[in-house]
Parts: sequence; structure tokens; C-alpha cells
Amino acid sequence: MLKTLRQIAAVGIATEPPPAADDSLRLREALQARILAVLGRALCIREVDAGSCNGCELEIHALNNPLYNLEGLGIRFVASPRHADLLLVTGPVSKHMEVALRRTYDATPDPKLVVAVGDCGCTGGIFGESYASRGRVANVIPVAVPGCPPSPTRILQGILAALARSSGQKPPSSAAGDTNETALPPG
Amino acid sequence: MAPRDWWAESTQLPGAPGLRALTVSSEEWTHLTQELAARGARLMAMWASRTEYASPTVHAAFLDDLGALLLNLPVSDANAPYSGLEEHFPCASRMQRAMADLSGLRSSDPDARAWLRHNAWPPDFHPLVDPEARMTDHEAGVDVYPFVRVDGEGVHEIPVGPVHAGIIEPGHFRFSIVGEKVLRLEERLGYAHKGIERRFTELNVLDAHRLAARVSGDSAVAFSWAYCQALEGVAGIEIPPRAAWLRALCLELERIANHLGDLGALGNDAGFAFGLAQFSRLKEQLLRACDEAFGERYLMNAIAPGGTHADIGSVEARGLLRAVEAVARQAAVLRTIYDEHEGVRDRFTGAGIVTPALAARLGLSGLAGRASGQNFDLRVDLPCPPYTEVAGAKMGRSAGDVAARVAVRFDELHESARLIDRLLAELPAGPHKKSLPLPPAGVLGIGLIEGWRGPVLVALETGAGGAITRCHPHDPSWQNWPVLEHAIISNIVPDFPLINKSFNLSYSGHDL
Repeated sequence: MLKTLRQIAAVGIATEPPPAADDSLRLREALQARILAVLGRALCIREVDAGSCNGCELEIHALNNPLYNLEGLGIRFVASPRHADLLLVTGPVSKHMEVALRRTYDATPDPKLVVAVGDCGCTGGIFGESYASRGRVANVIPVAVPGCPPSPTRILQGILAALARSSGQKPPSSAAGDTNETALPPG
Repeated sequence: MAPRDWWAESTQLPGAPGLRALTVSSEEWTHLTQELAARGARLMAMWASRTEYASPTVHAAFLDDLGALLLNLPVSDANAPYSGLEEHFPCASRMQRAMADLSGLRSSDPDARAWLRHNAWPPDFHPLVDPEARMTDHEAGVDVYPFVRVDGEGVHEIPVGPVHAGIIEPGHFRFSIVGEKVLRLEERLGYAHKGIERRFTELNVLDAHRLAARVSGDSAVAFSWAYCQALEGVAGIEIPPRAAWLRALCLELERIANHLGDLGALGNDAGFAFGLAQFSRLKEQLLRACDEAFGERYLMNAIAPGGTHADIGSVEARGLLRAVEAVARQAAVLRTIYDEHEGVRDRFTGAGIVTPALAARLGLSGLAGRASGQNFDLRVDLPCPPYTEVAGAKMGRSAGDVAARVAVRFDELHESARLIDRLLAELPAGPHKKSLPLPPAGVLGIGLIEGWRGPVLVALETGAGGAITRCHPHDPSWQNWPVLEHAIISNIVPDFPLINKSFNLSYSGHDL
């Protein structure tokens, strides 16, 4: 126990203080403000792996580490789509996951947001479309986060862009440049 | 029938060192596989190749103390079943079912249920047989899988997945339980099947290492190295020493990163959130060091045909070394905390036991195998450069429980840190890449690399003009998933996440 406490004290708080003139500072502040403005409470995310190589999942996991400390921003991963405001979907969508993805989407209460993560979720990536793959998360993609796998910061930017869209605002410039804003009708 | 001296008659295969091949008749197939089983050989992979260029062939790769042997069994009548290997090598069953789904070659073994095919394409369509066929008009109906039912008073089922409660890959688990106790677990995988083997045949042979790196994102280095090893073998080139050293550096970094992630998650699943916070912080530090040294957090693009994509300067090397040393030092502190924490010890010890005898029978491989007395590691048993010179030590345990799999991870983490220290200190000068000629057509090469999870095999068959006629990437999860079904028996349902995590098997690498 003593060792545990000593280790906790020695490490201190690892969550990174955003540097004053850094884009990431604006990102974190803007994100928190946007979440409050749109939802008036915490943002709940349900992650769905619809056939990815697991690379994107590793980086989504990293969002929860003490350095990014996603929960400190009022964003939480939840265990059921019925508790979720936003679906974070990685791809490509395998044909075997198509039904499960649709059911997860249907189980998520309205209004809901969908963010497709990674090159494969956005475009089908190197796997493309085939007898086994539907390619990109073509059912429902309001916002895409490219990268293979995208860094935790990029994923945060994508979530921010999704929130900006839903509140009718333009996302901050850091996310707007290479974010796919093509909105496709659900289903 | 007089037994053939397979070692004398076999031919050297290009790719991994110490790999030999033998083409056999169906009688010899039965006889030789029995002999291999009696000698304690391990089945590494099975796959079928069936193209318009050659007669359908069943391939099975084995590993024993004499080296690695590939058996090729040409099948004259594709509609008649070949002799299945399940009796002697139980892990063959799912591989054979996958071969039936993708290539249409059936084994004589009793379990003939579809494995990788759910309902996305009809049973008479075999995606690896006709490269031109496009499935556009098949309407996927409701998918029904005949799970094995357990009957008895008070027995009920818990279906879980394919969408899990955490941030996890898709798969389905069917538990039959009484009270909290698990009587039986049956896995149903294949949800992440995205046609990787067929996709390989659509790519240029000099470009497909990128797809290999994405077979299983947590094993990008292992798969892309195994692919390149096969390709370089077929092309007949040896990579420069610096390239080999850099590849091993990447492979050991990948091993440490995954072990850090798992050690944190295992603490968390045992109710010790402190462990997750600490280890995920260390993992992030390591990933950032990788980013500074190689320009990417996960080394998805580090390995390239002929060598490596990126080189590393002395400044980056020093930074990387400092980061690895710091991570290893911290991990040692955390290890004593895990070891001394009664709650953690109580959850880890005795959970999900796989005895050495069961592990040997089922062919448990890699890290999980080494925690159950299966002391095999390709880096030592069948080393390619630089492991021929920078030798690692095998880390083995025999208790076969979660605690043993945790201990092997800690041991390997420190051993990898030691290897990285040596690799960086002795990094040879010279080029990190060599240009690769277009490989000859119609040649089969095999790459074998010990990834963090276990042995990764990539079989590559070249076509004309840079085409790929067949490429089979094999993840050790094929061997280990069926063992998880045994490991959970008589444990309680709430321990499943912990036991599952202690194996941490790949869905994407298995489903292809």
C-alpha cells in the first residue's frame, strides 16, 4: 500500500496542462464549451469496431490514458448504445458486421452523432470494397477522422467537428482543413 | 509402406531460415502427419491454394526440434475430402473449416460448420477460387449458427457480442452457465472478416507489405516483417545488416508497447484502476518516443521490402534508449506493487489455468504457450538476423494461469528492453534499405517472425509481373482462441474479462 501511494505521489498528475499558445489548448477549451452548449451535460460515446485491424482501437484507448484524460473533459465511453450520444465507428465495415452496426445505430437514441475514425472508416482504406467488405462507414458518416491510425489528438478534433456540425457552427480551423464534412443520410 | 526420410528428401524454401518443404501423396500425408504428432511437432498453419495455374493444394506448416517443415498435398479431386488433421492437431479444425469457406476444399473431419463465412456470401461461392467473381446480388439473410447446447437443470446461456461493452474488436461468445460457473464457452468469430487474402491478390507484390501491416494493427511490425522476409526470400536478396537490426528494434518496441497496454488492462480487470493509469501513461511515453524516432506512434509503415522505410539518427537513438530505459525502470516498480497487492494477486493466481499437458495437446503458442510450459520462441529456436547475433532469452512459466501470463509479460518486457539496448549500441552502419528486383513468378516463400503474441507466418506465392497469386497471413490467435474455451471452464463469468485479456487474442488477424 505504501509503495502504491509513493508511486502515486511520485508520478503526480500526468494530465498535460495545455500550453498557452498551443492549438491543443484552444481545442480542449472549445471542446468543453461545445459539449456544454450542445448537450448541457457529459458526452457519452459508444465505440463500435465494425471490422477494423484494431489499430484505431489502440489509439481510442489512449484517449482514456492520464495524458489525454478524456473523462476530465466531460467525455465518457459507455457500455451500451442506449446510453450514447455519439457512435465512434472504425472500419472498414465488414459485411458480417453490417447488421450489428445497423442495430447499434438503431439502439442509439436520437439526436445522435456518428464519427467514422481512420482511413478505413472514412474511405475503406487499403481493404476497399469486396465480397466481404462494405468499405467506409457509408451508412452514416457526418464526420470522418482520417489517419492510419489517427492520433488521439486527431480523434478529439473529429469529435469536436461533429459537435460543431450538430450545433450549426463551423469547427475551429485546426480541424476544418482535412476533415471530411460530407454528410450522408443515415441508413 | 516404407517411411520416407522427409528431412533428406525435402527442399529448402525461400524466406525464413531452416524451412523445408515436401510434396506428399494422400497416404504419405496421413502417415507423416501422424509421425510428426508422435514426435511432438506443432502445427503452425494450414491453408489451401487453388488458382487456375495449379492443381488445388493443401498446405500445412509444422515446427519441431529439427526445424520447420511445410507439407504440400495436391488434391486431384477438389470435391473429395482430404484427410483432416484434427485428431492429432486439434487446432487444425477451425483452419480447415476456414479453408472450406474460402477455397472450397473440405477435410474429412466431423465439424463441417462454416467458420469465416456467416451469411454475406452463398456457400457455393469460394472467394479465393475465382478471382474475377464479384458478389453483388447476394442478399444476406438472417445468420443462424448451430451452437452446441448444454442441457441440465439450472443451465442457461449468456450470449455476448459481436458488439462488446468495451472498446474491443467484434466477436461472439456463448456461455453456458449454472449460477456463476461457466460450464462451456463457445466462440463464434469471423465478424471482422474483410477479405484480406483475396485483397492480397489484387495488390502488387512490392506494395502489399502495407496490407500485411494491417492484418492486425497491434502486430504491424511482425506481419510486415514476415511478409517482407517471404518476399525477399523469393527475390533472392539479403537485406543489409542495419535493416535487420532496425526491424528487430521495431519488433521489440511493438512487444513492449503491447505488454504495457495489457499489463495495465489486466490490473484494471482485477479491480486495480491504479495499474491502468500507470501503465497507460508508460505506454503513451513509449509511443511518443516511437513517434519522435520513426515519425509514427504505431509502426505501421516502418518495414519495407528490402529493409526499412525510415532510418534512425544517433540523436533519435539516444532519445529512444532513454525512453525505453525509463519505461523499464518504472515497470519494475509497478511489478513489485502488483506482486505485493493481495487483491490483485488473489484475482491473478489460479484464474484461467491451462496446464502444460493441455497446452501441448491443443498447441497453445506464443506468449500464452510460454506461460504454460510450451517453451518455444522463434527468435531463439529458428533465429533470423539479427537474432542470430543478438540472442534473447526465452521467458517461460508453467503454472498456466493469469498470474503466469502476467509474469511472462513482465519478464519479456525487461528482456526486450535489454535487447533494444544492445541493438541500439551495436547498430551496424551502412544502408537501411536495398532495392528489390521484381521477384520470379510461381515461387512460394514463407516468412516466420515471433511477434509479441506469438509466431506469425506469412506464405507468399508470386505471379507474373509483380502479381500475387496467393498470400496467407497466419496469426497465432488461430491456435490460442480454442484454448481460451478450455481456460474458462469452471471459472466464474465475472472472471472472463480478466482471463480473456490475459490471452489478448486478435480478432482481425484471425478473421482476415
